[in-house]
Amino acid sequence: MRISALIKRICQQMLRDKRTLALLLLAPLFILSLMYFIFNGNTVEPRLGVVNINKSLIQVLKNANIEVVEYQQAANETIIADKLDGLLKMNQEKLELTLQNSDPTKSKVLLMKVNQAAALQVKSSQNIPAVVPKLPNVETKYVYGNSETSFFDVLSPILVGFFVFFFVFLISGIGLLRERTTGTLERLMSTPIRRGEVISGYLLGYGIFAIIQTIVVALFSIKILDIVLVGSIWNVLLINLLLAFVALSLGILLSTFAASEFQMIQFIPIVIIPQVFFAGIFPLEGMADWLQSFGKIMPIYYGADALKGVMYKGWSISQITDDIFALVLFAAVFIILNTFALKKYRKL
Amino acid sequence: MEPIIKVDQVSKSYSKKLVLDDININIEPGKIYGLIGPSGAGKTTLIKMMVGMENADKGLIRVLDKRMPNLEVLQDIGYMAQSDALYNELTGEENLKFFAALFKLKKSEQKKRISYAADLVNLNHELRKKVSAYSGGMKRRLSLAVSVIQDPRILILDEPTVGIDPELSFSIWNELQRLKIEEGKTIIVTTHVMDEAAKSDFIAMIREGRIITRGTPQQLIESYQVNNLEGVFLKAGGRNSCE
Repeated sequence: MRISALIKRICQQMLRDKRTLALLLLAPLFILSLMYFIFNGNTVEPRLGVVNINKSLIQVLKNANIEVVEYQQAANETIIADKLDGLLKMNQEKLELTLQNSDPTKSKVLLMKVNQAAALQVKSSQNIPAVVPKLPNVETKYVYGNSETSFFDVLSPILVGFFVFFFVFLISGIGLLRERTTGTLERLMSTPIRRGEVISGYLLGYGIFAIIQTIVVALFSIKILDIVLVGSIWNVLLINLLLAFVALSLGILLSTFAASEFQMIQFIPIVIIPQVFFAGIFPLEGMADWLQSFGKIMPIYYGADALKGVMYKGWSISQITDDIFALVLFAAVFIILNTFALKKYRKL
Repeated sequence: MEPIIKVDQVSKSYSKKLVLDDININIEPGKIYGLIGPSGAGKTTLIKMMVGMENADKGLIRVLDKRMPNLEVLQDIGYMAQSDALYNELTGEENLKFFAALFKLKKSEQKKRISYAADLVNLNHELRKKVSAYSGGMKRRLSLAVSVIQDPRILILDEPTVGIDPELSFSIWNELQRLKIEEGKTIIVTTHVMDEAAKSDFIAMIREGRIITRGTPQQLIESYQVNNLEGVFLKAGGRNSCE
């Protein structure tokens, strides 16, 4: 009964705070849509200026999806003035490539393509038939996804989990902090309510909104943004829900150590941002061992792994039990710590 | 009469600084007991111990014959902190309802108590407004209403009249007198305003964690041969002695 009073009060408060509600429900959709459009933009062909290059090589370059611009003479200034990504010159029988390199990924792609083209060119000039050889036809198969898979497909499961985590963390943390600073939590603790009841009330009260948010975000990304979902949507909801509860209990816990809303925001670069690095957006395999084990203390590491598994790779629940177990463990630890943290307000 | 609150040789320190030093207080039922002293004297710490929010390092606190902290006893304590501690997004009525539910009042009783409490502080026409639209004085009155919602036998109020206008402060003291006389409640009030303290039945003056003197206002003024409680405080504190 006390728990239900708490839940009712949290719902009343949230429903009257339209802006916070909008932040919880609409902001993730806005950001996800934005990322969807950003990542699904068309790839631009690199522009390459050429000086003194023979026709057959130019043809090979063009075949490799490079926009070729021919010059009589060109220098570094030309690259900048004409917005070229690179400039290829023939200098005393040697090829010389100058890259603009304001975008290293683009440079690497261009470098690779020019190297391939040059190698092909050399081969064909030695093997008398001066015809441009066709690239050998390799039949490509994919374990996960298909040739249409974009980076966004791999990224989006992680993003869905991350946004659920981030917004629930923020709102529960600040919500509880406000109770601490206005003294309502202290007053609450001057009633015969048990500490466990307080924590359960908050978890369930904010949990309702976390559930709604999880469903909205998951459905929006799958049905409207058409994010790849190979596995079961129920597993997606389960993982997101667990992530939300971890975020909820962590937010409540960290609000103990903040004296103001501003100090709560200060936890974002310390607690939230590092988790992004270990969520699988950046490849984890290349990281140093100590760094990898550091990633394993972060809840999003497990959530993202499970979400990527279910949504992209079509894993079943039996393949994500470890991740689920880890998330449950995180939530349980934070909840227990929370009941102890409440001793600050009442010794029993 | 058997004391309703018994503070027995209580000491408390925060990070090695002694906040309360060997405090002994017996509070009789049906009286207004004033704890007087400057800010930082340890008044708030002392009443937080009576509610069970803090533990004593040494000594014992018994409320209604139970050793504190004790959850059951909290049903019989109405506590009002220095801050108003209300939910601004909710209406006055919703605030009262919420706290009534925490004390597990039955639905019918809830209604009765809410209208009683609102009546006590003259807020029955403002109950449907959101607290964020209340004035400072209205918030303080609602806060007082919350503290009597479960019909507690003991009221513990921490600086109930700080930062409000004299008229409202006067009316709050009138309400406290009424609660004492008509309902026999025991009321513990902290304050640093000496004039108000004179309205208590019994006073303990606290300074730097020690009780420097105690008695009824009349007794104190007579025994220190001064005109008012301020004089008592200065004289008692100046001699740096306990009674």
